Amino acid sequence: MDRLSVDHLIGIENLTREDIQLIFKTADSFKEVINRPIKKVPSLRDITIANLFFENSTRTRLSFELAEKRLSADIVNFSAASSSVKKGETLVDTVNNILSMKVDMVVMRHPNPGAAKFLSERVDAKIVNAGDGTHEHPTQALLDSYSIRERLGAVEGKKVAIVGDILHSRVALSNIYCLQKLGAEVMVCGPTTLIPRYMDQLGVKVEHNLQKAIEWCDVANMLRIQLERQDIKYFPSLREYSMQYGLTLDMLKSLDKEIVVMHPGPINRGVEITSDVADSDQAIILDQVENGVAVRMAVIYLLAAQIGRQ
Amino acid sequence: MENQVILNSRHFELTINRLCYQLIETHEDFSNTVLIGLQPRGINVVARIKSQLESILDREIMCGNLDITFHRDDFRRRESPPIPSATNIDFVIENKHVVLMDDVLFTGRTIRSGLDALLAYGRPTKVELLSLIDRRFRRDLPIQADYVGKTVDTLVSERVAVEWKEIEGEDKVILYTPESNG
Repeated sequence: MDRLSVDHLIGIENLTREDIQLIFKTADSFKEVINRPIKKVPSLRDITIANLFFENSTRTRLSFELAEKRLSADIVNFSAASSSVKKGETLVDTVNNILSMKVDMVVMRHPNPGAAKFLSERVDAKIVNAGDGTHEHPTQALLDSYSIRERLGAVEGKKVAIVGDILHSRVALSNIYCLQKLGAEVMVCGPTTLIPRYMDQLGVKVEHNLQKAIEWCDVANMLRIQLERQDIKYFPSLREYSMQYGLTLDMLKSLDKEIVVMHPGPINRGVEITSDVADSDQAIILDQVENGVAVRMAVIYLLAAQIGRQ
Repeated sequence: MENQVILNSRHFELTINRLCYQLIETHEDFSNTVLIGLQPRGINVVARIKSQLESILDREIMCGNLDITFHRDDFRRRESPPIPSATNIDFVIENKHVVLMDDVLFTGRTIRSGLDALLAYGRPTKVELLSLIDRRFRRDLPIQADYVGKTVDTLVSERVAVEWKEIEGEDKVILYTPESNG
């Protein structure tokens, strides 16, 4: 199998294990490309990509933009803050207007869950979901699993704990799908108020004690508390949260093994992890960022290959 | 499908030997020359010529593999996306003499992509091309090899396959002709 089974990247839920492995294999080659003196290949010279960000993002937008540029695609950027969305235009109208300017692919981040799927059913372009509300963030999950594979050799059979604000996290849901499809065991850990009730239906372990979680796992993925999505208080104070669910160097040293620490960014130093953990050798946070470009290049490359086949 | 052996294992060996001595004529001791094989089949040519040259000259010769997938001009004109192989160039090609190697030179499009991919690694002083088989009169682009093992005249519908001792069990070159043409 050497092509994706899907026409759009909406979520990890729709991908097969073979799709994920194909993306990783292609990303290996792109990782080599981005470490060359000239970090650019001409594959997508005739493709135009629109980056539509209806929600703030620094890392993901930069990462997508770099991935697109390194494939030689032409790109247009759009952010909701400075657009006609403020003037009352609907999502489909906005996108169709952009597509009239002959755009082949749309990378979209949107605050509403399901926005990417909605769009893929209504417009004639390849859609890449760069995060839709609290639903999925597929490229983040792909680069997380890719980074685990790179550091530990494989994802299959590894134990991964996802710690923090699971309720508001699209990264958590995509990661659960991706890790399970690749054969890893997944645990979520956090205060009861931040763990959704349907978690056991996804076949993941639930733990409320961080010490027990890190004793169990090979990899700890520390998520940020998404205060901007929390309309009510889910825990008494950030200080109390960080005392119970913040990862410290002492905790890592207390283990009889070395676990890998991940973070999708942006880090709130001193809340979910302390500075010395974030800067330690066990943290692969900056590798994740580097791999993000390679993985996004692979996704865009494989989807673009399906455009206008003769 | 009819097939005709156009290079048997004895002539195969003689041809490789001749190519090595031709390379030595130009590059002498290979102190500033590197050999780069184009993925996927050119790496076999490099491997064979490298070992032969090393036994003649008794010194190590720098070799690498180059993948050209992302530089192809037929991306999105194929059924499925071309899947890349590994690139392995662990030396600087800046100011080097590079000999690109492939098994069959046909339309020249692979070599065009290869040149493009190569230049992403730096600016070599000179680039030459060695091809084990040259399918004459079939070029889409103005590209010629500097070193040729054997020149053959072929129809577009025909296919030339180079087989290797290490992979297929025997060194030979076969010309396949579809029966409708015969």
